[in-house]
Amino acid sequence: MNNQGRPTATDTAPPRAAKKTFTTNRALQLEEPLIFEHGRPDVTGVDLDEPETFASRLGGLEREETIGLPGLSEPEALRHYVRLSQKNYSIDAGIYPLGSCTMKHNPRINEAMARLPGFADIHPLQPQSTVQGALELIDTLAHWLMEMTGTHAVAMPPKAGAHGELCGLMAIRAAIDARGEASTRKIVLAPDSAHGTNPATAAMVGFSVRSIPAGADGVVAVESVRAALGPDVAAIMLTNPNTCGLFERDIVQIAEAVREAGGYFYCDGANFNALMGKARPGDLGVDAMHINLHKTFSTPHGGGGPGAGPVVLSERLAPFAPVPFVVRNNDAYALREQASGQSFGRMTAFHGQMGMFVRALSFMLSHGSDGLRQASEDAVLNANYIRAGLADILSSPFGDRPCMHEVLFDDKWLDGTGLTMLDIAKALIDEGFHPMTMYFPLVVHGAMLIEPTESESLASLNLFIATVRDVAFRIQRGETEAFHAAPIFAPRQRLDETRAARNPVLRWTARKPIRG
Amino acid sequence: MRFLPHTHEERLDMLGAVGAPTIDSLFAAIPVDKRLTQPLNLPRGKSEAEVARALGRMAAKNTAADTVPFFVGCGAYKHHIPASVDHLIQRSEFLTSYTPYQPEIAQGTLQVLFEFQTQTAMLTGMEVANASMYDGSTAAVEAVLMAHRISRRRKAVLSGGLHPHYAQAIQTMSQMAGDEVVSMPWDVHASEDISAQIDASVSCVVAQTPDVWGNPRDLTELANACHRHGALLIVVFTEAVSLGLLRAPGAIGADIVAGEGQSIGTALNFGGPYLGLFAARQTHVRQMPGRLAGETKDAAGRRGFVLTLSTREQHIRREKATSNICTNSGLCALAFSIHLSLLGEVGLRRLARVNHANAVKLADMLARVPNVDVLNRSFFNEFTLRVKGDAAAIVERMAARGVLGGVPVSRLLPNAGFDNLILVANTEVNTDDDRAALVAALEGAAS
Repeated sequence: MNNQGRPTATDTAPPRAAKKTFTTNRALQLEEPLIFEHGRPDVTGVDLDEPETFASRLGGLEREETIGLPGLSEPEALRHYVRLSQKNYSIDAGIYPLGSCTMKHNPRINEAMARLPGFADIHPLQPQSTVQGALELIDTLAHWLMEMTGTHAVAMPPKAGAHGELCGLMAIRAAIDARGEASTRKIVLAPDSAHGTNPATAAMVGFSVRSIPAGADGVVAVESVRAALGPDVAAIMLTNPNTCGLFERDIVQIAEAVREAGGYFYCDGANFNALMGKARPGDLGVDAMHINLHKTFSTPHGGGGPGAGPVVLSERLAPFAPVPFVVRNNDAYALREQASGQSFGRMTAFHGQMGMFVRALSFMLSHGSDGLRQASEDAVLNANYIRAGLADILSSPFGDRPCMHEVLFDDKWLDGTGLTMLDIAKALIDEGFHPMTMYFPLVVHGAMLIEPTESESLASLNLFIATVRDVAFRIQRGETEAFHAAPIFAPRQRLDETRAARNPVLRWTARKPIRG
Repeated sequence: MRFLPHTHEERLDMLGAVGAPTIDSLFAAIPVDKRLTQPLNLPRGKSEAEVARALGRMAAKNTAADTVPFFVGCGAYKHHIPASVDHLIQRSEFLTSYTPYQPEIAQGTLQVLFEFQTQTAMLTGMEVANASMYDGSTAAVEAVLMAHRISRRRKAVLSGGLHPHYAQAIQTMSQMAGDEVVSMPWDVHASEDISAQIDASVSCVVAQTPDVWGNPRDLTELANACHRHGALLIVVFTEAVSLGLLRAPGAIGADIVAGEGQSIGTALNFGGPYLGLFAARQTHVRQMPGRLAGETKDAAGRRGFVLTLSTREQHIRREKATSNICTNSGLCALAFSIHLSLLGEVGLRRLARVNHANAVKLADMLARVPNVDVLNRSFFNEFTLRVKGDAAAIVERMAARGVLGGVPVSRLLPNAGFDNLILVANTEVNTDDDRAALVAALEGAAS
């Protein structure tokens, strides 16, 4: 039958019993095999002329066996990756309220700037006279970071937040060594609410972690810190605002107490998005803090990186900063690439995440001092708006009081329902949302940590709140059965993670011999 | 401010809903004397056009590789990246998604990582690979830490062919962790005997091929020596394209492979972001650092992918984790995987042959330049030149003539007796005209 030119009438179509399709696709939800299942070894999407005959000079080390790599023509490659991309949620598609992850809008001017050939197509080891603009950019970004944080120096090499923590603790370790206290100061204090990277980093640098308790109000009291301090303490690692979304009220006294006891104050800067233009970590007594450019300064997360984690340093840690760093002499810039004096040395090849530096500076220039402050205010306002919209129906572990840029709930409201926070997260997926962070921080049972960021409009926040409320009402009405099966509308239903861990299949292997 | 959706009225309404009299009342937990009352001493916000102008001015001061005859390598290489790679990695769903914590709505990223792991394992000839590290140098650091966990020893031996930045990064980490490092003398001619250093106290040997001087190395005997003493061989590479032509690390007995993947899919970016490739033998998988994607099934029995073996990782194991790594190089791994899918087996092998053929051609041309010697008997796409006089000054003079002719070794190893050496890389992007320009510039600058 020819239906061309006529509106499609849904009511005339016979109801279908079977929901299955021949292809297993469902309209725009397209299944996609692995490249190894449809690529062919003799296909290539890159045209290149075979070199003229020449005598190879590989020293007899030629690779003779087949590598096994499949090839795709350009149209096949486009289709493969576009189809895969359609199975991902993204901040461009909707609110991504992962607490402590700061999924904010990624401005596209940043992408355009990072791709300017003058930044993207320059080599880290070409003569410094040919990269003066790149060094100027690094110097400018460093200036913004120091001004925003009230600090004296910044180490640019760290590649991500955890690498920044490593940098900060290495500087602290070097400073302690310089004082001749390497064998006595072996302890790092950290609260149980800390990111897992904090204790993991401390252990890498040879420190042991001593846990400090948070109070019933969710913050660390200076008395708890004093009780844990001693001549064996090298440093404290504290996140501020902390992972419960609360500003550490005693932070100044804590910093003083740690300093008096001969230790250093490392601040995990993952949550700096709450403080731009509002308070400066240097003024609070922080000695070292990494800044996740991929959180606060909007460089895209890319499904798991790359990030960048420059570390700002106090005056007393500045001499121990790693190489390389940029120095300015009048109008010329130079790189110091060899460790000298008290520098702890080199922690990675080359000069840091230049691509991320360009994007972050683009974000800063766009906002300016006024816009950065407004962004932090909006981030905090949005988190509190969600708190106000949900506090009466969920449960708050530390009482319902103002939060900073993220709001924390626990799972007490689920008591007796037979449901877990995981079920709530999966139900939100069916409603078209990326869920919040769940089960972190560890100090709160069934934690639900929501960080909307400044990027969300009022309408977006209202829809999110209304949806969570609807979920909660359904549970109150006892309609819990469907939750166990959620999500049912996503490209996949719940995935068996136990099976994946018990019998790890970490790569594709040919199930039958490849022909040829 | 164009990135902030709220109007003034909306902000006031929201404050009302929150029950906060002013925005500052939400910041009341900050000690009064520490609150900023004045704007930061930084410029006010700029329009998009103003931002583009400000950053464009800085970019214009730099000499981009594409605009000159360009022979700089030494750990980062200029290759052509197909336009479709950069287009695809800018898809919103790849670019603006997080680490795939909710696998039902992250199957795109997870399948890419599974494919990436497989490609990396194939390329390196190893059994398993992870979902990427920050870069080659930090991958090498993690490889040493992993070897220490496996061997329960704490001494690493570094080859004199290892990239100096990699060696320094390993030394820094080892010094901090209280582990021992033995560094072989810098070994321009690939003539060192590392085997003599290996005994029952050695955890691992770290060797690079092609080494930083450009020599492909036969590490088979070294692998045997390591294994005789219960030590691990860590094979490093900085030029991934070489694996299209050179014997795979897995085939010469590597236990762990740590490499730089920038060459395939990622631009030079002045040194970062890059892509750490990390592969190992299956038996050691639970000691690996970093994320791993694995295959499983969903509730309806369909194939799907998840992050797995996370009990190794910091968010579960905290101070007992195999590494502190969290964010890695996901988007660069995607670019690598796309570029390698486009190349395929035939494309990669041909690309490697073109690189090698061009380098052979250039080596022969340079060998005829007076006062210049090519020190390598064998190489892939990079080799060491000995010049008469100060190499750094010669490279500067060539740059003044519009040719970026290589890396003076003194840039990496000052005062080490290598002031007359230049590392020269030649890839598929270099033309006969480029090579002629290099020869002319070198003749002019070295005389």
